[in-house]
Amino acid sequence: MDGYIIATIIKAALILGVISALAGFGTFIERKILAFIQRRLGPMHVGPYGVLQIAADGIKLFTKEDFIPSGANKIVFMVAPIITAATAFIALAAVPLLPEFTLPFTDIVVRPIVSDMNIGILFVIAMMGVGLYGPLLAGMAQENKWGIIGSARTAIQFLSYEVVTGLSLLAPIMMVGSLSLIDFNTYQASGVGSWIIWSQPVAFVLFLISGFAETNRTPFDLLENEAEVISGYATEYSGMRWGMFFIGEYANMITIGFLAAIIFLGGFNPLWIIPGGLAIILKVAFFFFLMLWVRAAWPHIRPDQLMWLCWKVLMPLAVLNILVTGIVMMV
Amino acid sequence: MRQQPNKLQPFFENLNFERKDNTMVINFGPQHPSAHGQLRLVLELQGEQVVKAYPDIGYLHRGVEKMGENMIYNEFLPTTDRLDYIASTSNNYAFALAVERLLGIEDKVPRRAKVIRTMLLEINRVISHLFFVATHALDVGAMSIFLYAFREREFAMDLMEDYCGARLTHAAVRIGGVPLDLPKNWISDLSSFLNILLEQVKLYEDLLTENRIWKMRLEEVGVVTPEDALSWGCTGPMLRGSGIAYDIRKEEPYELYSELNFDIPVSDRNDSYGRYRLYMEEMKESVKILRQLISMYPKTTPEIMAHAPQYISAPKEEIMTQNYALMQHFVLVTQGMRPPKGTVYAPTESPKGELGFYIVSEGEPYAYRMKVRAPSFFHTGLLQDLLVGTYIADVVTIIGSTNIVFGEVDR
Repeated sequence: MDGYIIATIIKAALILGVISALAGFGTFIERKILAFIQRRLGPMHVGPYGVLQIAADGIKLFTKEDFIPSGANKIVFMVAPIITAATAFIALAAVPLLPEFTLPFTDIVVRPIVSDMNIGILFVIAMMGVGLYGPLLAGMAQENKWGIIGSARTAIQFLSYEVVTGLSLLAPIMMVGSLSLIDFNTYQASGVGSWIIWSQPVAFVLFLISGFAETNRTPFDLLENEAEVISGYATEYSGMRWGMFFIGEYANMITIGFLAAIIFLGGFNPLWIIPGGLAIILKVAFFFFLMLWVRAAWPHIRPDQLMWLCWKVLMPLAVLNILVTGIVMMV
Repeated sequence: MRQQPNKLQPFFENLNFERKDNTMVINFGPQHPSAHGQLRLVLELQGEQVVKAYPDIGYLHRGVEKMGENMIYNEFLPTTDRLDYIASTSNNYAFALAVERLLGIEDKVPRRAKVIRTMLLEINRVISHLFFVATHALDVGAMSIFLYAFREREFAMDLMEDYCGARLTHAAVRIGGVPLDLPKNWISDLSSFLNILLEQVKLYEDLLTENRIWKMRLEEVGVVTPEDALSWGCTGPMLRGSGIAYDIRKEEPYELYSELNFDIPVSDRNDSYGRYRLYMEEMKESVKILRQLISMYPKTTPEIMAHAPQYISAPKEEIMTQNYALMQHFVLVTQGMRPPKGTVYAPTESPKGELGFYIVSEGEPYAYRMKVRAPSFFHTGLLQDLLVGTYIADVVTIIGSTNIVFGEVDR
C-alpha cells in the first residue's frame, strides 16, 4: 500500500512537471507553426532558433508585479487562475498517457496512469467542466465590464459544449461498454481496422468540434478574443496569474488530444512498426497541430452563431448518432 | 450613490442613456484593440446586443485645418500626409489639385507629371485596400490574411520609397506637378509588383470569399440601405456597396482618368460582404489602370512641373543661371505664392471615398479658410445608426467594414 501511494505521488509530480513543461513548449511550437504558415519566422532571438523564448517568457511572467485591481474581489481574483490550472491537471489523472512498460534494470512494471478508475471518461469530462469556474469567477471578480462579458461568454460556451462532448462520447461508450480509458484502448487493440473512428465517424467529428470549443481555440475563440472583448475574463490579469490560465488552457489542449487519440484513434496500441508509446505521442501531436492549423486558417464565429451551432446542429446530430448506434447494437 | 461627473471622472454619465433595464454602458475605445486608432464608442448593451451607440471623436485632433490657414500653401502640403496616413499621396494630391484649380494652372501640369501622379494615386489605393483587407480580416479573426496582405503592402510601400524616399508620409506630389521623375527600373519593378499583386489577391479571395465562417460573419452585417448611404453622405466603397455607382474618377474626372479604361465595381448587397468584394475588385481595377499608365509613360516629354512663373519656381537650371528666375524663387519660398481671390472645392476619389479641400483665398499667401471634406468622418457618423441591434462581435466587423481612419476623421 505504501508503495502504491509513493508511486502515485511520483506519477502525479511527473505528470505535473512534464505537462506544464509541454504546455510552455506548446506556446513556442504554436508561435513557430503559426509563423511558418504566415510567411514569417516567429521567435528567433533568444537562444538557438528562439528555443529559449519560453525561458524568457517565464522570467517575464514570474517577475512581473502581482497586480490586483482595487475594486476586485481579492480572494476570488486570486483563486480563479488556480482553479483553471488545477482542474486541467486533475483531469489528466484518469488518462493513460503511455502503454505499460518495465523500468530498465528492474522488474517494476509501470502503468503511466495516476488512477485507473472505472469512471475514467466521466471524471475527465467532469473535471474539464469544473474548469469552467476559473474563467467565470475571474471575469466576475475583477470589476471590469469586458471581464463580465468574457465570463458570460465562458458560461454559455462551456456549458453548452459540455452537452455535446458528453453526448458525442456516449455512443462509443455504448459500444465499448465501459467508462475506463484503458478498456477503450484494449477494445481497439487489433489494429487500425478496429479503431472506433471507423464505426463512429460522426461522434469523432462532434467530439473534435466541441473539443475546440472547450479548449477555447479558433474558430470558437470567444472568451478572450482580443478584437472584441479585449482579453475577456483575463483582462485585468497579468504575470503568473495570467500565466496559469495559459498553462491550464494548453494542458486542456493536450488532454483533449489524448482523449481523442485514446477514444477514437486506437490509443497507445502499436501501429504497424511504430511502438505504442510513440504512436500516441504522434497522435496527440497531430491534434495539437490541427488546432494551430485551424487557428491560422479560419476566422472565428459570433457567440450567437456558436449557440446556433451547438443547440440546432451538433446536439441533434449527437442524439441521432446515439439512437442509430443503439438500434444497430440491438439488431 | 452615483458620482457626479467631474474633472477626473468626466463624461458618459452625462449622456442620456436609459439605465432602467439590465443594460450596461461600456466604453469601446479609445484604447480598444479594434477601435482603429482613436475611436471611442459609448455603447449601451443589453447582454451583448447594442441598444444605443454613440461614436465620440476628437482623440486625434491636431487642428490640421487651422494649421492650413497659418502656413503658406507649399508648407502645408506635407502636413496633409497626416490626414489619411494609410494613403498619404491621395491627401497630397487632393490638396495640390485644389490649389491648382485656385491658381488656374490645372491644365498646365505636364503630361509626365500627370502620369506619375495617377500612378502614385493608384498605388496608394492599392496600399490602402490591402490595409483594409488585412485589418478587417484580423478583426474578424483571420490572422493569416493580415500577415499575407501586409507583405504585399510592404512591396507597394517599397515602390513609394523608391520614388520619394518615404514609406508612410510620402509628400510625393507638388503644387503644379511632381518633384521627381521616376527612378531607373521603377517601371519594371512596378509591373512585376502588379503580377505578384494579382496572384496574391487571388490567394486572399480563395481564403476568404467562399469561406463559410467569413460569410457567416459578414453577410447581412452592417446593412447600409441606399437611402441611408445617401442621407449620411457616404462616398467611396460605402456608397458603391449600397448599389449606387458613383465614383468621382468617372463623374468629375481629374488627371488622366478620363483617358483610362476602367470599370467601377458596384455591389447591391448593401452589407459588409458586398463591400469586401468591392475592395477586392477595386484592387484589380487599379492593376488595370496602372498597366495602362505604364504604357503611357514612355510617350511623354521630361517636364514634370507646370510653367507658371508667378506661382511655381522655375526648374533648378534656370534658377542657377537666370537672375530673374532666382529672384522669383526667393520670393516664392520666403513669402509664398499669392493665389487670386476666390474659393475652390476640388473633390477627388481617395481610397476611402470623396476627399476634397475647400479653400477660401483672399489673395494672401495664407488661406483664409481651409476645410477638409474627409470621407471617414461621414462614415463614423453612420455608426450610430448602423450599430443598433447588432452584437459586440458585429460592432467590430462593422467598424472594420467602414474602413475609417482617424487621422482624417479628427484632422
